[in-house]
Amino acid sequence: MNLMNVFSKGLIKENPIFVLVLGMCPTLAVTSSVINGIGMGLAATFVLVCSNILISLIKGFIPSKIRIPCFIVVIASFVTVIDLVMAAYVPDIHKSLGIFIPLIVVNCIILGRAEAFASKNNIISSMFDGLGMGLGFTGALVLIAAIRELLGTGMLLGLPVLPQAYINSPMLIAILAPGAFITLGLLMATMNLLKKPKV
Amino acid sequence: MEFIAKIFVMAISAIFINNFVLARFLGLCPYLGVSKKLDSALGMGMAVIFVMTMASAFTWLINIYILQTLDLGYLRTIAFILTIASLVQFVEMVIQKSAPALYKSLGVFLPLITTNCAVLGVALINIDESYSFIESILNGFFAGVGFTLVLLLMAGMRERLEKAELPESMKGMPIALIIAGCMALSFLGFAGLSL
Repeated sequence: MNLMNVFSKGLIKENPIFVLVLGMCPTLAVTSSVINGIGMGLAATFVLVCSNILISLIKGFIPSKIRIPCFIVVIASFVTVIDLVMAAYVPDIHKSLGIFIPLIVVNCIILGRAEAFASKNNIISSMFDGLGMGLGFTGALVLIAAIRELLGTGMLLGLPVLPQAYINSPMLIAILAPGAFITLGLLMATMNLLKKPKV
Repeated sequence: MEFIAKIFVMAISAIFINNFVLARFLGLCPYLGVSKKLDSALGMGMAVIFVMTMASAFTWLINIYILQTLDLGYLRTIAFILTIASLVQFVEMVIQKSAPALYKSLGVFLPLITTNCAVLGVALINIDESYSFIESILNGFFAGVGFTLVLLLMAGMRERLEKAELPESMKGMPIALIIAGCMALSFLGFAGLSL
C-alpha cells in the first residue's frame, strides 16, 4: 500500500473524530483552550505511533486469544512514559489535562488502530498510520478548541483576537461543558452537509 | 447521623453536580453508542454501576497495599487497567455460572466496560481526592448511578427522536451531541448548589 495514502487517510478521509467518532471523552473534555488541545493531541500521537510500532514488531509472538490485554499493556506503558515526561517538562499543561493523560489508555482510537492496522501490517506503514491518525486527531482537537476558545473568551492561545468589548463579556457557555457538545454537534453536521454527494 | 449526611452529600455531588458524563466528560463512548434503545441502556447502566463499585474497591486496595507500600506509584495506570480488565472478565464468568438470566441481559455489555473511561476515571479520581475505602466505594456506586441516570434520559429522548423530522445532515451523531449539550446545560444548573 502506498505510504502517502496510509498517512493521509487519517487526516481527513478517516479522521478519527469526525468520521470514525472515536475518542470522544478527551475530545470534549480538553478542548476548552487551544493549548490544551495541542498538548492532548501530541501526547496521543506519541502513544499512537509508539504503540503501533511496537505492536507491529511483536505481532508474531502474541497469541490471538490474549491480544487485547497485550495491546493494553503496551499502550499503558507508553502512556506512563508520556505522563512522566509531561509532568517533568510541561507541568502547566500536565496539570490542566489532569486525569485525561492516564485516560489515553482507554482511548478507543489507539486500541482501535492497534487491532485494525498495526496487528496486520509492517512496521513502516504502521508508523505512518499512527502518525496520520494522531495528527488527524490533533487537528480536529485544535479546530474544536479554537472555536470554543474564540467564542468563550475572545482570545486564541491566550492572545486577544476579538475586540475588547467582546472579551469583557464573552459567550462563556462555549468553554463550559454544554459548549463542547454543541460545538462538536454543529461541526459534525457541517461536515455531513459538505460531504453529501451532489445529485 | 453525620455519616448519613455525608453519604447524602456524596450522592448529590456525584449524581448531579459532578455528573460523570455531563460535567466530567467520562464514559461518553457508551453514552453516545448504547443510548439508542431504552432497555439496552438500562442493561449497560446496571453493568456499569456494578463494575464501577467493584473497581473502586479493588483499585483502592491495590493502591494502598501494593503500590504505596512498595513505592510503585508510577505503575498506577498499568496496574489499574489490568485490575479492571481482569475484574470485568471475572465478573463475567461468575455471572455466567451463577445467574444465567442476569448474564443474558448484562453479558454483551460487560466486555465493553473495560474500555469505558468512566471506570478507570473513577479509580483515578478516588486516589486523587484521597478518599477512604468506604468513601471510594460510595463514590464509585453513585458515579455509576449518575451515569445510568443520564444514559436513560438520553435513550428516552433518542427513541422519540426516531420519529422527528430532521434535516439529513443533522441525523445521527450531530443531533445526539446537541441533545447532550442541552442536557449538560440543564445539569449546569446544579452547579450552584453548595453542600
